[in-house]
Amino acid sequence: MNTLRISLALSALLVASPAISADSQITIWADATRQPAIEAFEAAHPEVKVNLVVDDGSSGGSGTFQTKIALADQAGEGWPDVVFSTQQNDAAWASKETNGVQAFAMPLNKGFLDQAFLDGYIPGALDPVTIDGTVYGLRNDLAPVLFWYNKALLDQFGYDAPKTWEDYQALGDKLAKDHPGYFLGSIGDSFEGPYIYYWSGQAPVFQVKGDAFTSNTTDPNAKKVSDLIDHMLKNGTLTQDSVFGASFVAKADHLVAIPGPAWYAGALFQNPGGVNAKPGQWAAAPPLTWSNGDKVTGNVGGGVWYASSHTANPDAVKTFLQFIVSNEKTAGTGGLPAYKAAADAWLDAQAKSGFYAGDFKGAISTAAASVWSGWGFPNFSPETAWAKIITPGLAAGKTMADLSADWQKEMQNEAQVVGYTVN
Amino acid sequence: MSTPHATTVHPQGGGLRRASLRGASVERAQGRIGLVFVSLYALFLLAFGVMPSLYAVFLAFTKRGAFVGFDNFVKVFKDYRFLPAVEHVGLYLLVWLVSLVVLVVLLAVIVHAVGVRWLSTSMRFIYYIPGALAGASSVMVWLFVLDPTVSPVSFLLHALGFGSFVETVQADHLPITLAVIAFWTGAGGWILVMYGALNNISRDVIEAARVDGAGPVRTAWFIQIPLLRKWISYMVILSFAGGTQLFVEPRVLSQASRGVVSQDYSLNQLAFLYAFKQSDFNGSAAISLVLLVVSLGLSIYFVFRGGLFERV
Repeated sequence: MNTLRISLALSALLVASPAISADSQITIWADATRQPAIEAFEAAHPEVKVNLVVDDGSSGGSGTFQTKIALADQAGEGWPDVVFSTQQNDAAWASKETNGVQAFAMPLNKGFLDQAFLDGYIPGALDPVTIDGTVYGLRNDLAPVLFWYNKALLDQFGYDAPKTWEDYQALGDKLAKDHPGYFLGSIGDSFEGPYIYYWSGQAPVFQVKGDAFTSNTTDPNAKKVSDLIDHMLKNGTLTQDSVFGASFVAKADHLVAIPGPAWYAGALFQNPGGVNAKPGQWAAAPPLTWSNGDKVTGNVGGGVWYASSHTANPDAVKTFLQFIVSNEKTAGTGGLPAYKAAADAWLDAQAKSGFYAGDFKGAISTAAASVWSGWGFPNFSPETAWAKIITPGLAAGKTMADLSADWQKEMQNEAQVVGYTVN
Repeated sequence: MSTPHATTVHPQGGGLRRASLRGASVERAQGRIGLVFVSLYALFLLAFGVMPSLYAVFLAFTKRGAFVGFDNFVKVFKDYRFLPAVEHVGLYLLVWLVSLVVLVVLLAVIVHAVGVRWLSTSMRFIYYIPGALAGASSVMVWLFVLDPTVSPVSFLLHALGFGSFVETVQADHLPITLAVIAFWTGAGGWILVMYGALNNISRDVIEAARVDGAGPVRTAWFIQIPLLRKWISYMVILSFAGGTQLFVEPRVLSQASRGVVSQDYSLNQLAFLYAFKQSDFNGSAAISLVLLVVSLGLSIYFVFRGGLFERV
C-alpha cells in the first residue's frame, strides 16, 4: 500500500516537472560530474534549451535510472530525453519492452545516428551497450584499469614500479616492513574489489552468456585475487577507506601506488579534494597482470549516454549526443574520452602538460586495448552484492577467504531474481 | 465519526416545544457542517488510501490482468530476500516498540511529576524539537551522528568500538540503530500526548492515593499507568503500523553507505525493488498486502486488549 502511495507521489512529481514540448527543450538526467560539460553544450548550442535534472548517475548500482524510468512507464509520461548512467548494465533492461511499454533506449545505429559518426569510436568502446548488433547507448569515457604510482616516493624509497600482481604484493611486504603507514590502494568502495581486482585479475566471478549467469569465486584466478586482497589488508597496504572519503584524503600523501581506472586522472590525482598531486609526481603505467597470465585488465564504468525512444525532439537529442561524446574540450568529462578524435586530443593535451611522469599516452592506450572481455553486463551490478556482503564483512575483520562464497551466492541470488538462469 | 450532539437545554414551561424544535434544526445544521468538514478528508482517503489499497488487492491476485490466486505471494515468500527482511523489520519493531512504551511512559510520568514550572515546560519543548524534523531530514542528521569521522559524539562511537561509518551501520546492530533514530524522531510527540493524558487524571484520585500513603512510584504504577492504558495501546497501534512500513531510514542509510545497508533491508524496500527494479508490480502488491494484513491484525488485537473503544 505504502509503495503505491510513494509511487503515486513520485509520479505526481514527475508529471509536475516541465513536460517535454514541441519546442527544442530537452530534459537530461545526469550526475553532478557531467554538469560542466552540459553547460558547455548550452553555451555552444543556445538554440537547444536544456532542463538538467541532477541525480546520482546510478552510482554504486543504486538503480536510480531504472527506478525513475519504471515510474514514468507506469505513469505513461515524464520520460527524459537523455539519460547519463555511470553503470554499464543498463542496456540490458533499457533495450527491452517492460509491461507493455516500449523499450526506453532508442536504437542509435538504425538510422538515428550516422554510421560514420559511430565509426569514430575507439574499437570495442560500444560493446557493453551493443545487444545483437544494435547500439543502445554512447560511451562517455573509457575506464580501463591501469597502474598509477607515485614516482617521487618510489624513487625516494629506492623501489622499482611493479609490473605484475606478484610484484605488487611483494612491494606491499617491503613497504609494510620498512615504511609502515605507506600504502598501495583501497578496497573501501564497492567498485574497487569487483572491477579493479577481480576483473583485472581475470577472475570469472561475473559472467553472462545469453540468459545464463555464472560466478565462480573458487576459480584459481579468483582465489589468487582473494589471497592478494587478504594478504595486503593484513599487512595494512590496502585501506578500507573510500577513495572519495575524508580519511583517505587525509593520508593521501602516504599513497605509494594504486591500480585504478583512467578517470582517476581527473577524479583523484588532479582533484584538489582528492590526492591533489603535484606535476611530475605521479606516473601512469600499463596495467598489472599475473606473471603467467594473459595481458588483460579490468574496467571501472565509463559512463553511458542514452537517448529516449519517447523523445519529442530527436534532432536536439542528436545534436546533444554528438556534442557531449565528441567535443574535444569536454568529452570524457575528466577521463579518457571514448570517442577516438577526442581521446587523441585529450591524451596529447595530458602528455603536453607533462603533469604525469612516464609514458602516459602509451600506458593508457595499452590499458584501453586490453580490457578482459570475460566480464559480463547483466541488468544488475556486482557492486550491490559487494557492498552488502564484503564491505561490512571486511570491516568486521573477516577475510575474502571467509566471505567469497557468500558473495558468490548473493550475486547468483540477484541474478535469479531478475530472471537469469544460474549455472 | 459520531455526529456531534447539540446540547439540548430545556427551558421551562411553554417554550419547551419550540426550543426542542430549534435544537433539532441546530443539530441538523451542525451535522451538515460536519459532513463538509470530513468530506475533504474522506475524498483524499478514498483517492490515496482506499483506492490504491483496492488496486493493490487486485494486483496481488493477478498477473497481466489474469487471476492467478496466490502465485504472487508464493513467489514473494520464496524470494531469498523475504525472510531476512521480515527478520530485520521484526527485530526493529521489537526493540523500538518496547523502548517506546517503557521510555515514553517513564519520561512522561517524570515530566509530569516535576513541580518546577519552567523546568517542566522546557523539558517538554526539548522533547518535541526532533519531532519537528521530517523523516528524511532527521535521517540526514543521523548520517553525521553515526559517522565517526564527523560525529559530534565520535568519542561515544569509538568507545563502542566503531572506527568507521561502515562499522556503525553493520547489519547485526542496525535494528537498534534504526530504533534509536525512530525513537529520537517520534518519541517527543508521544511524551506530550502522554503528558496530556496524565493531566486528565482527576486530581481527586491522585489525592486519594497520596492519603492512602502511596509515593510517586506506587502512584505511577497503580494509578497513572493503568489509566494510561488506552493511550498506550493507541501509541502502539500507530507506531506498529508506521514501523512495519520502515523505508526512509534504511533507504537513506543505504544510499549514504553506498549499499552497505542493503537496498533490500526492509519489507517495504523489497516491495519497492519489486516494483521499480524488477517491474513486477504484482509481487510488490503482494508484499504490501501482507504488511496490511499483519498490521490490521495486530491493530485489532491491541484495540480490543487496550479497550480503545470502551466507553468510560
